[in-house]
Amino acid sequence: MSILVLDQLSKRYGALLVTDGISLSVDRGEIVGILGPNGAGKTTLFNLIAGTVKPNSGTITFDGRDITREGAAVRCRAGISRSFQVPQPFTGMTVFENVLVGATFGRDRAGASDFAMRALELSGLTRKANQLAGSLPLLDRKRLELARALATDPSLLLLDEIAGGLTDSECHELLEVLREVNAAGVTMVWIEHVVHALLSVAQRLVVVDFGRKIADGVPDAVMASREVKSVYLGDDVHV
Amino acid sequence: MEWINIIVQGILVGGLYALFATGLSLIFGVMRLVNIAHGDLIIAAAYLAYTVIQLTGLHPLASLVVVLPLSALFGYGLQLAVLNRTLDKGILPPLLVTFGLSIIIQNFLLETFSADSRRLNAGAIEISSFSLMPGLDIGYVPLLTFACAVAVVWGLQYLFYHSPMGRSFRAVSDDPEVSQLMGLNNRTVYAAAMALSMVVVAIAGVLLAIRSNFDPFMGPGRLIFGFEAVIIGGLGNLWGTLAGGVILGVAQAVGAQIDPGWQLLAGHIVFLLILAVRPQGLFPKGVA
Repeated sequence: MSILVLDQLSKRYGALLVTDGISLSVDRGEIVGILGPNGAGKTTLFNLIAGTVKPNSGTITFDGRDITREGAAVRCRAGISRSFQVPQPFTGMTVFENVLVGATFGRDRAGASDFAMRALELSGLTRKANQLAGSLPLLDRKRLELARALATDPSLLLLDEIAGGLTDSECHELLEVLREVNAAGVTMVWIEHVVHALLSVAQRLVVVDFGRKIADGVPDAVMASREVKSVYLGDDVHV
Repeated sequence: MEWINIIVQGILVGGLYALFATGLSLIFGVMRLVNIAHGDLIIAAAYLAYTVIQLTGLHPLASLVVVLPLSALFGYGLQLAVLNRTLDKGILPPLLVTFGLSIIIQNFLLETFSADSRRLNAGAIEISSFSLMPGLDIGYVPLLTFACAVAVVWGLQYLFYHSPMGRSFRAVSDDPEVSQLMGLNNRTVYAAAMALSMVVVAIAGVLLAIRSNFDPFMGPGRLIFGFEAVIIGGLGNLWGTLAGGVILGVAQAVGAQIDPGWQLLAGHIVFLLILAVRPQGLFPKGVA
């Protein structure tokens, strides 16, 4: 049963086609990894799914419902949540308040502060709850991205390069958290350049290049495929 | 003693200026909208109270029971129907649209109520006062106005930092894109902020109308006082706005004492001096 279905999704900025007829279906409970060179249109794909950018054509179906025309706030309450590659906390608020916003407005608001505390705990930020978000170092900002995304009680979590810039042990911790979240029934789509991290949790890989989907399948098969090698290593590589 | 009296009266007038300014500050803080029609909305609220009193015979202060919800409703509708469409398109459209709104309100009031100046009759409280010490009499209306200003600033401050609604204002103000991803519908958050601003506007309008005469063209002058109070106090700091109103009020009172013609001039000069020396205002927003 698919939770998210993209059908022939296209987005153009002027003459530039950043998303070129992408079709993709994500099953409930799945972890799908997205790979692709810089500028391939991965983040735009997230913007389209989260609703901050509207497609020129194609449809997005979430939980059996066509959400192509819905705004970001509606999609958030429907259960889609995302983190940003460059963390974007509300800098004037404390860490706890940042998470509380999502817990209050992104879900049924009952027990918002307890829910926010749990999201902080899961992301390892409990001790910094009362610090100003603007004063956090990078790793904690990444954790806050995750906590805030979790606070809206998502059924689909879109992670944009959340492991980038972390040390191995930090990354390991993060993977544990993600596995735990996934075990609780949250579907994930994860864009990541840290391939070994992605491969250790993703059940499926999708590779995007120049706005098109060039591979989609079991991680090992995708990594071995000719198209993927040519995208990353050049056309004339013979392996 | 005479000077103490002048300064105290100036402080109390400052409360009214702070009320003019708070609604302006609130809107600018939440959605970066400079509302040129703010002064005219204050006068429109005074006329609304006038109409309610004509129809029902209520005391001006009691008329707030009707005027406040109507104003809030009007603000909510205005934001959804008109002002939301001007946001995200640069700084010019909101300025032009609210400027147009200002002209529309003035001429609507002129058509409906004529150019005669009006006043809300609040009865004995208008002129009654108590003596704090010889030569220093405090009027009940100015005192009430100042108390309202303090209560409004305190209330908004509390709401901003201790309620879900306040969090939604701060989130939208901080990052309008991310706030939507957190489930906030920016348009209704903006509408709620405008409704709240209109509540403050209505309080200011009624207190102004009890204190002095008003006519359809008084709005822009009140807008200037409001702007000056906001800028003196520092953007984004409501207590600073109250202080800004007080400084403006005292400057005017002292100016008037030197020469009656100097009343407005003194206020503007102090504003200019502060702007020249501290362009960020006296109490710019520290982090909360």
